[in-house]
Amino acid sequence: MRFAFTDEQEEIRRQVRRAIADGGGVTAARRAMEDGAGIDRALWRRLGTELGLAGLAIPDVHGGAGLGWIEIVAVIEALGADLACVPFLSSACLATAAILEAGTPEQHAALLPAMARGASTATLAWLEASGDPSPDAIEATAHADPDGGFVLRGTKRFVLDGHSADLLLVAVRAEGGAVALHAVPAATPGVRRARLPTMDGTRAQAEIILEDVRVPASSRLGGGGWHPIARAIAKARVALAAEQVGGAQACLDFSVAYAKVRQQFGRPIGSFQAIQHTLADMFVQVETARSIAYHAAWEAEHAPDIEVTSAATAAYCADAFLACAADAIQVHGGIGFTWEHDAQLYFKRARAGRTLLGSTTAHRDTVARSLGLGLARAHTDGTR
Amino acid sequence: MDLRLSPEDERFRDEVRAWLETRLGGDFRDLRGTGGPGHEHEVVEGRMAWERELGAAGWIGLGWPAPSGRGASLWRQVIFQEEYARARAPGRLGHIGEHLLGATLAALGTPEQKERFLPPIARGEELWCQGSSEPGAGSDLAGVTTRADLAGDAWAIRGQKIWTSHAHLADYCFVLARTDPAERRHAGLSYLLVPMRQPGVTVRPIRNLTGSAEFCEVFFDGARAARENVVGAPGEGWKVAMATLAFERGASTLGQQIGFASELDAIVAAARARDADRDPEVCRRIADAWIGLRVMRAFALRVLSHGAQGELPPAGLGAKLYWSTWHRRLGELAMDVLGPDAEILRAPPCALAPLQETFLFSRADTIYAGSSEIQRNIIATRALGLPR
Repeated sequence: MRFAFTDEQEEIRRQVRRAIADGGGVTAARRAMEDGAGIDRALWRRLGTELGLAGLAIPDVHGGAGLGWIEIVAVIEALGADLACVPFLSSACLATAAILEAGTPEQHAALLPAMARGASTATLAWLEASGDPSPDAIEATAHADPDGGFVLRGTKRFVLDGHSADLLLVAVRAEGGAVALHAVPAATPGVRRARLPTMDGTRAQAEIILEDVRVPASSRLGGGGWHPIARAIAKARVALAAEQVGGAQACLDFSVAYAKVRQQFGRPIGSFQAIQHTLADMFVQVETARSIAYHAAWEAEHAPDIEVTSAATAAYCADAFLACAADAIQVHGGIGFTWEHDAQLYFKRARAGRTLLGSTTAHRDTVARSLGLGLARAHTDGTR
Repeated sequence: MDLRLSPEDERFRDEVRAWLETRLGGDFRDLRGTGGPGHEHEVVEGRMAWERELGAAGWIGLGWPAPSGRGASLWRQVIFQEEYARARAPGRLGHIGEHLLGATLAALGTPEQKERFLPPIARGEELWCQGSSEPGAGSDLAGVTTRADLAGDAWAIRGQKIWTSHAHLADYCFVLARTDPAERRHAGLSYLLVPMRQPGVTVRPIRNLTGSAEFCEVFFDGARAARENVVGAPGEGWKVAMATLAFERGASTLGQQIGFASELDAIVAAARARDADRDPEVCRRIADAWIGLRVMRAFALRVLSHGAQGELPPAGLGAKLYWSTWHRRLGELAMDVLGPDAEILRAPPCALAPLQETFLFSRADTIYAGSSEIQRNIIATRALGLPR
């Protein structure tokens, strides 16, 4: 039994932290937010290509590092601490998992090497206007084309890094009512995309409109169905949870540092129990969230089914991050309410995370269903 | 990261499980599920016999270093606790002797003290209680006023202790007393081993809000302890008491979680039986409780896995605050699930159904062994380095 990262994993993490710090840390994230790019390309070159994060979970036969979810969790915690504006969650976690889960070996060989090199990024376009994470809500369609391919139609929304990804993995309703996933280059004629104005400017979302998009038969990943997509999302939730742990820890760290130097009534505010107890509660949130996130990483790597684990982890860590970010603002007082202070960036990132890969409410319902509770709808495979 | 136990440890688990199944299937069948927080008054004679059964099989003192104990690894102690809880074996009357006093003596006692006191604890024959808190020294333990004065070959003890579990059953009490009246606060305290069955010791049970009497007041009026029955040097009692407090946390947490899990199971069953789960809000609160249990397990494994390699990490300082808050909320949830039946007792004046017991007794969880406020103070100063 060893509930800790190996020296090698810690070393990757150290390198990632150093690279982010060299790239400007949170200041760089703020720059990416304010210049409208929504992505820090210089940092992604360094992290994704040079340090190999783009292909961290891609098997080495396809040019990746051949590592897994434990490494992903170790790394993304560091990215979350500085709100790094890079497509790691969307491309290296979510889309990579979706391709690995849904695709055939030929499709892996066709799609993954460019992603592993950092030459191409991908994302999963799954939600639509309703925002409902259930496969039942998928209305976009794929119709067989007489020439052997498919025609895709519909509108995808809330697509993580959808404005900058090179490859879109689009979940559609296929013939017979089943869900299928298509790998569609963003440059394909008929694909229109627009970045959505998000409250959390450090993480971009897009709307993607598919107007009679013609794609070859080979664009359909594997045999279709919702389950591989669900498994990929479940794994990505674990990554998101670990990113939130990093964010929550950062909130605690800069709040503790501030409480030690900010003087009121002739004393540092960190000497007052009212402040101490808030910070102590943040500490417990951070450490418990970290524990369940690391445990979930182990399960993502070793357990056959992590739907419930990932829902539980996602709900807990999302709540913990938001609570810590909110308390960080409170501990800072007026300065914490300013645009200039970073607390707002964490607060908004935390808020966004609660609905990014399914809502915390939906996650609790998943857990409740697994306990045999409720009149909630029966477990679905998405087929109508 | 490897969250599996070794094959040897798994075999140890099988051994523990088989032993418990055999013994709790036989003469001790009726003891399953008795005792423990909120139930300490139940079948005391039977549970004392059970202590001796445990002792004869060598299960007491598992974690004490050899030669006093078996020097079992932290994981084996955890496994024992888990299986013990899973088998619904009776709440331990010997817990304080084994895990608090025994662990303290095994680490800090003289050879003579170990020789005298550890074997009867390991045999399940002598029971202990803890004389730390006083009416005027609760969270502020350094405020103890119980006096011990050397008179010839013995200490004469005068004062009052409170919240003393098992005091009416115990053979001995470890008492934190002021031996140097010239010193103040943490200095001048000594850690004494005091026989309970002697003139000058009066025990009075305290009825708590559940209606049962878990705790006692103990009055010392000239009670005696042999001169050599001081752990650590006279005047150094504070350090020893702090060591005891550290032993209070540890391997037992995972066993405790198995008890929590069965309480949650009962809530889930009650919610289904009463259609309380038609309310999505109730479903989500139950889901939250379940998530909290997962959190607790992951947290304990992480802390213990560091602990197994030496020091407990600062993260561990948050454990008590987390579980006690969780458990209190679980009790509130249980009452909401039961609806109007939450109010109806099994019998007057205070025969409680198990979930009512959870609800009421969990109010103590955030108070004993360091209140939530003290836990937050400790985290703030020790884990976060905030100024006093």
